[in-house]
Amino acid sequence: MSERIIGQVKRVNGPVIVAKGVTDAMMMELVRVGEARLVGEVIKLEGENAVIQVYEDTTGIAPGHNIYGSGMPLSVELGPGLIGTIYDGIQRPLEEIYKISNQFIEKGINVPNLSRDKSWEFQPMNLAPGAWLSPGMIIGQVQETERIVHKILVPPTIEGKLKKLAGQGMFKITDPIGSVETEKGEKDLFLFHHWPIRKPRPTAQRLPLNIPLITGQRVIDTLFPIAKGGTVAIPGGFGTGKTMTQHAIAKWCDATIIVYIGCGERGNEMTDVLTEFPHLVDPRTGLTLMQRTVLIANTSNMPVSAREASIYTGVTLAEYFRDQGYHVAVMADSTSRWAEALRELSGRMEEMPAEEGFPAYLPTRIAEFYERAGYMKTLSGEEGSVTLIGAVSPPGGDFSEPVTQHTKRFVRCFWGLDRQLANARHYPAISWLDSYSEYLNDVSGWWEENGGSGWEKNRGEIMELLHKEVRLQQVVKLVGPDALPDSQRFILDVCTIFKNAFLQQNAFDDIDRYSTTKKQIRMLEIILAYYQRGAEAIKRGVTLVKLKRMKVVQDIIKCKFSISNDDIQEFDKLQARLERSLDQMEQLYV
Amino acid sequence: MSDINQISKTQKKLLAGREYIGVHRIDGPLVFIQKTHPVGYRELVECVDKDGHTRLGLVLDTSESVVVCQIFEGTSGLTMPDSRVRFKGEPLTIGVTSKMLGRVFNGLGMPIDGGPAPLAEAELDVNGKPINPTAREYPRDFIQTGISVIDGMNTLIRGQKLPIFSGNGLPHNELAAQIARQAKIKGGKTDFAVVFAAMGVKHDVAQYFIRSFESTGVLENVALFLSLADDPSIERLITPRTALTLAEHLAFNKDMHVLVIMTDMSNYCESLREISTIRGEIPSRKGYPGYLYSDLAELYERSGMLKGFKGSITQLPILTMPNDDISHPIPDLSGYITEGQIVFEREMYARNIYPPVAGLPSLSRLMKDGIGEGMTRNDHPHLASQLFAAYSYVKDVRNLASVIGEEELTPLDHQYMEFGEAFEKKFVSQGFEEDRSIEETLDIGWEVLSHLPVEELHRVTDEEIETYYKG
Ligand SMILES: Nc1ncnc2c1ncn2[C@@H]1O[C@H](COP(=O)(O)OP(=O)(O)OP(=O)(O)O)[C@@H](O)[C@H]1O
Ligand SMILES: [Mg+2]
Repeated sequence: MSERIIGQVKRVNGPVIVAKGVTDAMMMELVRVGEARLVGEVIKLEGENAVIQVYEDTTGIAPGHNIYGSGMPLSVELGPGLIGTIYDGIQRPLEEIYKISNQFIEKGINVPNLSRDKSWEFQPMNLAPGAWLSPGMIIGQVQETERIVHKILVPPTIEGKLKKLAGQGMFKITDPIGSVETEKGEKDLFLFHHWPIRKPRPTAQRLPLNIPLITGQRVIDTLFPIAKGGTVAIPGGFGTGKTMTQHAIAKWCDATIIVYIGCGERGNEMTDVLTEFPHLVDPRTGLTLMQRTVLIANTSNMPVSAREASIYTGVTLAEYFRDQGYHVAVMADSTSRWAEALRELSGRMEEMPAEEGFPAYLPTRIAEFYERAGYMKTLSGEEGSVTLIGAVSPPGGDFSEPVTQHTKRFVRCFWGLDRQLANARHYPAISWLDSYSEYLNDVSGWWEENGGSGWEKNRGEIMELLHKEVRLQQVVKLVGPDALPDSQRFILDVCTIFKNAFLQQNAFDDIDRYSTTKKQIRMLEIILAYYQRGAEAIKRGVTLVKLKRMKVVQDIIKCKFSISNDDIQEFDKLQARLERSLDQMEQLYV
Repeated sequence: MSDINQISKTQKKLLAGREYIGVHRIDGPLVFIQKTHPVGYRELVECVDKDGHTRLGLVLDTSESVVVCQIFEGTSGLTMPDSRVRFKGEPLTIGVTSKMLGRVFNGLGMPIDGGPAPLAEAELDVNGKPINPTAREYPRDFIQTGISVIDGMNTLIRGQKLPIFSGNGLPHNELAAQIARQAKIKGGKTDFAVVFAAMGVKHDVAQYFIRSFESTGVLENVALFLSLADDPSIERLITPRTALTLAEHLAFNKDMHVLVIMTDMSNYCESLREISTIRGEIPSRKGYPGYLYSDLAELYERSGMLKGFKGSITQLPILTMPNDDISHPIPDLSGYITEGQIVFEREMYARNIYPPVAGLPSLSRLMKDGIGEGMTRNDHPHLASQLFAAYSYVKDVRNLASVIGEEELTPLDHQYMEFGEAFEKKFVSQGFEEDRSIEETLDIGWEVLSHLPVEELHRVTDEEIETYYKG
């Protein structure tokens, strides 16, 4: 790449550098600072000064050091080799960095984002020379992992007549696979192309969101479902389960590709994914989870400005897979750390702060990020989606702070984590009172169609019971449970069972960690059957104590552990036993 | 303009030797110097006062017109015209060696026990470098501390960072000392060391730890870095970094298992706030700088295990929560970085329960992979989960009882009250000298659970009930 000196360092304040003598730098241009060639980006131009955000530790950088411009914006490389890789916030492969600098990340390391040595078997589409290539069109494919067929796309910035296209064969990503006659002359085609991380990739059309992303987490799928292409925030104080929830979704959801962004969080959590995913088998394909996952790790001790970029790097990779016609789920843990990085950089640039020191453009940035989600018709005519699932870490667990509040404005689904539930080890600690999903109506059609009718009604019924319980609990808190009649105490009881049996889901249990839609439906049906028949029985004079003592009630509470996803017919037996027990009970009272 | 990029190593040395006489401004621990040669960000600075005493510092902001330095030993006694400043052209490093064990140093790593400075095996940058996540080994080795509420419910894992969130006057020092004394790994003797960093604590706290290490005969395995209450507050900012640099050397160059005790992180954070205020930075919550999270992460993330290395760093930071408020930025941001927390409860301490570990807000995030079959005992995960669930219900019942009176409780709720009592008195509470094996701990757990009827135990399996339940 041609390099030119665009200016010299004038001032260094942490990751922010002021450059002087700048004449031809471009906004958002990728630059390199000093002889160590630290990666940076131009974020402000003012007269002959430029402000540069540096993605590496700036220790040792001094006034007078040269700044080199690359002539292109900060971009990612999109092509085969992404899957199963762990990158830092600006798409540098951490495994490669490990080979060069061992356990500690040195600065100024320059490694290609995608391997230049690896060859891929390219399978061209049947396209004759002279064919018209439109932006984003699929021209061939590479079997990237056993699971993922990587479609090779015409870069969205290129169109023209195909001049030639290689036949089937082995190619490195830098080997041309063809060429195209464009308005600006002939251009080579490769297995990969560049795309600037801050610019959403173009699509043909936004489509309505009406297919749920099935996560296997009961409280989510049944109570607060998320649609494919949707946006959701998971706010919660420390230790309430944001990361665990995101890990669980990354493992078990029915997206084709997962992009997991560890943004300013713990190193060990990334290691956890790296050690676990290659061994976990995806129940839908029988292949390991690593074969569909890309990781972006910019942990809390890595440079702050790369944390700011990591979110965009991740979502750009996701859009790229969407453009191939895949459903992609992006986990961003945590968007608060990204917002804080914005705040820190803004502070160092001495911008006027708005709320709590955050820059006034925070809401715009949050909105821009979540706008990149969607269920799309791609430029090549396929359908694909990007679902964005962002954790929010509010200071002091207080949801009234700016990041939570602004995020709430731009997402349509909200899984609020509750400190009390987490303290009681009720996991996932998603509050059934504070959470909501605006996708409920959009996806209920899918559930009724694929899960059998009654889904919406049953969900409504249990939600109603949960809200009744709140009111009854208020009474209990004043006068004790004995003051309530059995019929009302029974509601409390059913809600307790529902929480223990259904809402709580143990991520560490081999059977419970993930529930199919069928299992969720059957569990809910059985609990509601117990409620309806139990309420009848109480009317006939059966006492609550007798009902609770039925052995089958214990079995219902433990069925999440005892009945696996493959043994759905066991639920029929369980329900039959429930009915029998109740029949016997009622007979004593006729 | 002379191009700094072309400056050779020898020229750099020459520049590093150049001395500037007189500084432009002194504000708190910060010194401002004008018209220097191009000085690097975070370069080491030597500031010599008029009596010839050299103080170390660091460049915080550098530009053509002015360079801002923070002086670790404080600026008291410095004068504007007579101070001389040298920029060293390199970051702050300390010489480290395993010979530092058994010795006492100040926050910058200079001996203060009267002995000579030990011969360094390596010169390391005190700021360390971020560990590559691909180089990490996920920690899963159970450390038995002999303390039931930790081993049973908030298990400590080798390589974990597990802070104690305490309050003024609560026995956090005792607990830390007890952990340091009793910690062992099942089935093996290994090379271990303790690195102790004191930031702004009183002399008697430091003395307490020294005596405690002495009395158990481990003092020769301990390196102490003391920056006490009467030392310049700015020195506290470097103390944990110095300590962690030695810890990294011991763990990753010397194959040792290192326990790092850092106390009191609240004092550290206050020094950081002080600098930030003087620099006129925009504060976030309660006047603390917006980068407090990242700054703490730079410390806490210097722990763990690495692939291909035998040693490990386990961190036990202690912090006192201002006003016992867990949502205060210091405990809050710490909790967001560490792998769990041991939270103290004043009310339990008042009821004479030692250690006064609050059952519900305490958490160990790494225990999941370090307990159970083959590591502790097969029933451990479910038992812990059941104890948490039951104890959380106890809290509800107690609240209810305080409103409607204990007599009005249902028989079942009475059983829960009994369980709660037994849990706190028998399971949580233990002696300062008492060292329980994990089996004892789990057995006591079942013993107190047996106050509850079997139908209430949803989180344990039928087989576990069969084997261990005594109700
Ligand atoms: N579904 C679950 N099943 C079992 N345990 C869980 C579950 N969710 C959370 N936990 C427990 O809670 C702990 C904290 O969860 P997690 O790390 O996800 O919190 P977090 O909200 O991401 O916190 P932070 O903001 O500090 O990163 C876990 O280590 C685990 O012990
Ligand atoms: Mg987390």
